Amino acid sequence: MNILVCISKAPDTTSKIAFTNGDTQFDENGVQYIVNPYDEWYALVRALELKEAQGGNVTIITVGSAADDAVIRKALAIGADDAVRIDAPATDAYFTAMQIAEYAKGKGFDLILTGKETIDYNGSQVAGMLAEALELPFVSVATKLDVAGSTVKAEREIVGGVQEVEVATPVVISCAKGMAEQRIPNMRGIMAARTKPLTVVAPTALDALTTYASYSMPAAKSSVKLIDPNNLDELVTLLHNEAKVI
Amino acid sequence: MNLVYINSANGLSKAALETVTYAKKLGSDVAVVTNGGADSSVLSTLGTYGASLVLQDSSLDGQDPGQLVKLVAAAAQKIGATTIIFSHDLIGKAVAPRLSVRLKAGLVAGAVALPEANGNIKVNVFSGKAFGYVKVNTATRIISLLPNSIQPETNSTACSVEAFDAQAGSSAIKVLATKKPEGAIPLPEAELVVSAGRGLKGPENWGIVEDLASALGAATACSRPVADIGWRPHHEHVGQTGVAIRPNLYIAAGISGAIQHLAGVNGSKVIVVINTDAEAPFFKAADYGIVGDAFEVLPRFTEAVKKFKAAQH
Repeated sequence: MNILVCISKAPDTTSKIAFTNGDTQFDENGVQYIVNPYDEWYALVRALELKEAQGGNVTIITVGSAADDAVIRKALAIGADDAVRIDAPATDAYFTAMQIAEYAKGKGFDLILTGKETIDYNGSQVAGMLAEALELPFVSVATKLDVAGSTVKAEREIVGGVQEVEVATPVVISCAKGMAEQRIPNMRGIMAARTKPLTVVAPTALDALTTYASYSMPAAKSSVKLIDPNNLDELVTLLHNEAKVI
Repeated sequence: MNLVYINSANGLSKAALETVTYAKKLGSDVAVVTNGGADSSVLSTLGTYGASLVLQDSSLDGQDPGQLVKLVAAAAQKIGATTIIFSHDLIGKAVAPRLSVRLKAGLVAGAVALPEANGNIKVNVFSGKAFGYVKVNTATRIISLLPNSIQPETNSTACSVEAFDAQAGSSAIKVLATKKPEGAIPLPEAELVVSAGRGLKGPENWGIVEDLASALGAATACSRPVADIGWRPHHEHVGQTGVAIRPNLYIAAGISGAIQHLAGVNGSKVIVVINTDAEAPFFKAADYGIVGDAFEVLPRFTEAVKKFKAAQH
């Protein structure tokens, strides 16, 4: 089974979020980049589990610059076999998805996995776009994934519940919590990752469909109003009369 | 004309009414496209919110995003849509990106407001820690609207319902089983949410959380550690790596308010924090705070809500 896992870098979840250049650019100063948690914890680890049980190959792919190689090596240290980097900044989801689709076309991947979203732009866009570009079925926000031959059984979130579905490979799946457990790379993995193949591929000429024109920070909260723990009637009255939410 | 996709399989959800309201506020006629067999008398009530036409393909069950994208694309072509709106719910997240590629139209995923004067559209970024303003570079645009970002508004319009055959082919996805907890309110759509964390000390203590939620008509949620250790199901986990929500009221008991948790809830209009530790960081993000023991405060809160509700009747 050949599995392609799409990974993205993302700022560490404790990063201070700030913007520069007149609030038009994310301020990367002091930001630690990690593998986007959904891509790593669920998509990559489940891909490795399937490979360990059934054989095959796990390739990771990202769209980014040479600065992202550190994030790629981390994913290799967890256990992916090889890596591909499309050598271009990931300008928008469409650009990113189309670059990956261009690479994946005709390579015979049985499964193409992504995280359900990145924790920076939160768009949940790349997986669906890949599916359309490659004309493949798409299981979105899957929380379980099993493969027997060419039959994929997955559990996916639906509005207000979960659903078990069956679909044939090849298929694109976006992965969410529940699918696997985080793996911490060991020293052997980290050493091995240094020599695993990382292929750098030139991008296809393509325009982004969208642009982040600017950013802003939420307005600061006014200070908290403390309520006497013995006077919950007061809180209910405030929620009704002042906050008008009940 | 603007086109809205809605899922009407379980009647008209609030999210559906929000998207029709949003499309109407963009200032043009609104057509709706939907799948499933909802009664036309139900669908025609979308006129109340500004829709003048509903196209219904009752042959599609809506389980395969690959079919739904063909449905929406065919409807967009039929009416010459320049803006196509989805709810940024689990269906919208699966279908809108496919449509973006199919139509080569820019997608604004997770809009939280109407477009700015310059046409840019505000979205949450960095899991709610900041906002971005997205410019669409194509003539046709697709917008998925985060639930609870605007309230449904009436705008009475004569509305006709037409059968529509999108010829979307067969489904590639076979549904084996569907599990929906009875009577539960889907978290992303909930207007009121009661959430609890490790301060509750064990899953057996969740009764007091559920009691308050049921007195308020609220959904229940939890912090990440609680989902990780299996006290509560993963779909209840709100925060940076869980669900991001923006209810009118978020009540957090026994949650310290780590930055990753705040990211998922700071779009809430009003936040109430209950914690024994007066230094808990969550109080800085709260509108109302109670320094006290959740085991005492939650039952009292429930009683106060019941008393209030009884007085209202």
